[in-house]
Amino acid sequence: MDLAPYLLLAGLEGLVQASVLMLTALGLSLVFGVMRVVNVAHGEFYMLGALIAWACGAYIPGPPVLGFVAGLLVAPLAVGALAWAADRAVLQKIGYNPEGTIVSTIGMLYILQQGALLTFGPDARAVDAPFYYTIRTPWFGYSSYKLFTVAVAILLVAGLWLLMRKSKVGLLMRATQFDRETALNFGIPVGKVYSAVFAIGAMMAAVAGVLVVPNQQAHYLMGTDPLLLSFVVVIVGGLGSIPGTIAAAVLIGLSDGLLSVFFSPTLAKIVSTLLVALVLIFRPEGLFTVKGRRA
Amino acid sequence: MTKLQVEGLSAFYGQSQALRGLTLELSGGEVLCLLGRNGAGKTTALKAIMGTVPPSSGRLVLDGRELTGLPPQEIPRAGIGYVPQGRRLFTELTVWENLEIGLMTRKTGREALEHALELFPVLRERMQQRSGTLSGGEQTMLAMARAMCLNPSVIMLDEPTEGLMPSAIAGIREAVIRLRSEGVAILLVEQRVDAVLPVADRVAFMDHGEIKAELPIAEVRANPDLLHHYVGIAARPARPATC
Ligand SMILES: Nc1ncnc2c1ncn2[C@@H]1O[C@H](COP(=O)(O)OP(=O)(O)OP(=O)(O)O)[C@@H](O)[C@H]1O
Ligand SMILES: [Mg+2]
Repeated sequence: MDLAPYLLLAGLEGLVQASVLMLTALGLSLVFGVMRVVNVAHGEFYMLGALIAWACGAYIPGPPVLGFVAGLLVAPLAVGALAWAADRAVLQKIGYNPEGTIVSTIGMLYILQQGALLTFGPDARAVDAPFYYTIRTPWFGYSSYKLFTVAVAILLVAGLWLLMRKSKVGLLMRATQFDRETALNFGIPVGKVYSAVFAIGAMMAAVAGVLVVPNQQAHYLMGTDPLLLSFVVVIVGGLGSIPGTIAAAVLIGLSDGLLSVFFSPTLAKIVSTLLVALVLIFRPEGLFTVKGRRA
Repeated sequence: MTKLQVEGLSAFYGQSQALRGLTLELSGGEVLCLLGRNGAGKTTALKAIMGTVPPSSGRLVLDGRELTGLPPQEIPRAGIGYVPQGRRLFTELTVWENLEIGLMTRKTGREALEHALELFPVLRERMQQRSGTLSGGEQTMLAMARAMCLNPSVIMLDEPTEGLMPSAIAGIREAVIRLRSEGVAILLVEQRVDAVLPVADRVAFMDHGEIKAELPIAEVRANPDLLHHYVGIAARPARPATC
């Protein structure tokens, strides 16, 4: 048996998975890094993104690409606004107390899940890809949409990186992340920064949901897997570290793709869970973090 | 002219009261020193003014403007620059980014920056260096420069000379004198009186969260034993007992 085509296919699948995972995990990591909030509802923002993308596709007439583009704009905006409101109404009110935020984001998880069930129903909803062009390799055809997903994810991550590293808003976020009290001492509106970060984190998950939904049907329970995988990525990559999160997403995504194609998806999950356990035991600061310093 | 009025400021950490009715008045061009030993409540006093330890009672007025009860981020915007104990630089950020944050506080421009860099020219060559890698003296300079970027009418410094060599201390002192001559109101916290004698106009002695006495510097100079009397600190670094 010729191995190369299998490897290529598994690599591509892994890459697609890695890129969606990278977006979701970066959102989770950003929120934890700046706000020290473990957002258990993060996967629900992803689910909402996917369902909104479906709604845009279903209710906007014309070619699928119109609905897709609309979803790509509407989903992050709507989900971001919702997250902003949730931060103001709940997290800010409890003063970002660590235990309190976990309990209240669990509450948000159920509210969003049941809200989605009531609004969209229990059915899995399929969404047409915006385009169907198939890329031919000598051995198999591959969906160009999936590669498009990878490209969009890379663009968005580059955008996030630029925002954090090169913009004034990013500077305020990094200062807040580093030392909240001193940030206040220099007039940084920490409350607004937190709301913005929570919204941006949710928007990243929502975009991931929009991107994934032509490959995978949307339904109200779809948020759990990405949440767990994001936790895996964020722990392996080092909490709050952008480069670490990207590296870990690629590592987990690729290994997941390879193991799923060659062995079984179950083995893939076992391996990634094992990896988390090993990282937690031997390098709790993350595989890709320099000790004592977050990249 | 600048006038900062603090009236009866109290603050608690949980159940324990760390600040008991702090009252002081400070004008532009004046250096008021707050002295007291470890745990006297000096840092708490500054944090209560900055609002990051929310005062339970009391008033804060700057140039007739009531700052009492404003959210903490509004205090620096009103023109109070702060050099926290231990400097509290954003050590992961570059020197320039630290200064940029100071400039953003009140949207001050080039002029405030130039003024700060003129006092601490070494920072110029280090703009792109991560601030955590600066030497201790340079870090203190950066902390002061960052506060000066606000173009503040009041500057509060919390033990800026802590852990510095005499030459670096002299630099800080010069900067304080320069700021005073420019009409900035300065609240300087120190533990030891010899650190403030050369720059202070008035000295307030703090103990157990309150000001026990406030004296003009001439009186302190004339009678260093006062210190011992008020807060039990020696005027000079302690020497082995000889009597
Ligand atoms: N975050 C806190 N939580 C509880 N108690 C605190 C806290 N910060 C300070 N304290 C207590 O409040 C009192 C005053 O502390 P503060 O830091 O104001 O003293 P200080 O005069 O600045 O001392 P030093 O010269 O050592 O800096 C001390 O008893 C201290 O233990
Ligand atoms: Mg102190």
